[in-house]
Amino acid sequence: MLKLPRLFAAAALACLINTPLLAGEKPDAKGGPKYNIGRAPTAEEIRGWDIDVRPDGQGLPEGKGTVAQGEKLFMDNCSSCHGEFGEGNGRWPVLAGGKGSLTSDNPVKTVGSYWPYASTVFDYVRHAMPYGNAESLSVDEYYALVAYVLFLNDVITDQNFELSNKNLASIKMPNEQGFYMDDRTTSEKAFWQKDPCMKDCLGPVKITGRAAAIDVTPEDSKEGKPRGVE
Amino acid sequence: MTTESPKQSRRSFLAAGAGVAATVLAKPATAAGNPANQPPNVPDWSKSLGEGVAVRPYGKPSKFEKDVIRRDVEWLTASRESSVSFTPLHELEGIITPNGLCFERHHGGIAEIDPADHRLVIHGLVERPLILSLEELKRYPRVNRIHFMECAANSGMEWRGAQLNGCQFTHGMVHCVQYTGVSLRTLLEEAGVKSNGKWLLVEGADAAAMDRSLPIEKALDDCIIAYKMNGEALYPEQGYPMRLVVPGWQGNLWVKWLRRIKVGDQPWHTREETSKYTDLLPNGKARRFTWVMDAKSVITSPSPQAPIKHGKGFTIISGLAWSGNGKVKRVDVSLDGGRNWRQARLDGPVLDKALTRFYYEFDWNGEPLLLQSRVQDETGYVQPTKVDLRKIRGVNSIYHNNGIQTWHVLANGEVENVEVA
Repeated sequence: MLKLPRLFAAAALACLINTPLLAGEKPDAKGGPKYNIGRAPTAEEIRGWDIDVRPDGQGLPEGKGTVAQGEKLFMDNCSSCHGEFGEGNGRWPVLAGGKGSLTSDNPVKTVGSYWPYASTVFDYVRHAMPYGNAESLSVDEYYALVAYVLFLNDVITDQNFELSNKNLASIKMPNEQGFYMDDRTTSEKAFWQKDPCMKDCLGPVKITGRAAAIDVTPEDSKEGKPRGVE
Repeated sequence: MTTESPKQSRRSFLAAGAGVAATVLAKPATAAGNPANQPPNVPDWSKSLGEGVAVRPYGKPSKFEKDVIRRDVEWLTASRESSVSFTPLHELEGIITPNGLCFERHHGGIAEIDPADHRLVIHGLVERPLILSLEELKRYPRVNRIHFMECAANSGMEWRGAQLNGCQFTHGMVHCVQYTGVSLRTLLEEAGVKSNGKWLLVEGADAAAMDRSLPIEKALDDCIIAYKMNGEALYPEQGYPMRLVVPGWQGNLWVKWLRRIKVGDQPWHTREETSKYTDLLPNGKARRFTWVMDAKSVITSPSPQAPIKHGKGFTIISGLAWSGNGKVKRVDVSLDGGRNWRQARLDGPVLDKALTRFYYEFDWNGEPLLLQSRVQDETGYVQPTKVDLRKIRGVNSIYHNNGIQTWHVLANGEVENVEVA
């Protein structure tokens, strides 16, 4: 049993009587702490880690950067993997292009063709890029880099455009309307069945494809051409 | 009462087995190995002393098990720091995955974190923001839960057709571990979520600082901040010193090296829930927030990396089934590519959102087989065929491939990955 001040122990006991709460039920925010383990972080501590950004602009740090500034940064920090125009080297991610490809058999999902929000680019790049040297650039440099990536995707068309915390949230991405909430419980409702078929469920069965024909399993080949992989 | 020696009991078992199926042991396994070590001879290890205690302060599998390892597929990704390795499912039994064999998916390599310097911050729409060390987290009440964890891209390479010859590669982005940690609900109650707190941002401390949005309903339901796996500290590959456990939901949400939880009133639409882990359908629109991993099963042995070596006769089909929506209710096995099905036997624990082991034992006549397994979970969901899934999702929806897997067993016992129709 934990050693607790008597008053607090009484409060904890009161909490115990109320628990367990049902799953999904909201806890009482005003109930007060129960364990008093840990402390409040300082504003300074939070500031150093609080780097997330939302589509409505919440979280954007104060700063700015132009497409032209971003181009230089991109060549120095990004182009070795992503290519000078965001075309992607080897299997590194393609950042630009792919417009109109989403309904084809070979969709190219890029910032311009697929990503719904500009904030996501900022959030991601600031979290994880440059690859191998993450969180190393200044806020202004991240604005500039994002501006250049948006420029590569024709979301921004003016080379002199300056991206900032004031205008990033107002940028509309071409595929913003391209997403909807998971609907499997309705669109795939047929998969819920009472009694699965046990006998004579199909006509004659034929083999229609073989992994061996593609020959890309590691032990067999390292030079195979992959497909359907992100 | 007499005590039987192991040799005696084995002999009597074999005798009983021989009575059941006379065709067993077409090629006796007792023909393999070095006769000098076999009866009537006495091998060296029966004569000389072996290594003493604590010579192996942390034990490892036998050197004869050196092939039981995680493997990657080199052409799949540009660098190993942002890549995946696969669980050798074909070599494992039961439902628990050994810690060193749990598949890896990293976005910025393995963060090697000194726990003394790790901090978890909980802030945003809470009454009392918190910063916790690992030692402080461990002072909160503990829970122990066994759960599977599956990457939403598991079997993604198989979506357009059979591609990789090995259960490890087709299905190896799943593992099942007993976690010890603190209920996320406990911590959120301690911090006091404000009434407008509807979403959590969860973020890792690795070089990718992976961040995802998690709805408050799930956060308050069954999520855990885990610091132990299978009884010992999390392995660095699995997020040491602490990770998020989101039972039944796609692995990408189980943020490793968890450093920050921010409560907000809207989702963040991060890269991993927009550019990735969204399901592109034939009309060019994509499903998002497809968190739940639907029911799925696979025969782990026989499979391409685990052929039948004993010839015809008594044969064990061993496999795994799981569902992100609850418990496995039943598993059926087909030997003829899905025309006819027989109910498999579930063995061992059948737990909520955990791997479940199934067996189907039969007398193989040595003719080719088209092996399949099909799970039904407690909600009534029946694992679909890949053909039926593609009818709805088209060819570009790479994630969430929970379609029925077909293994073609040849007369010589070799097994290949095929698609049937």
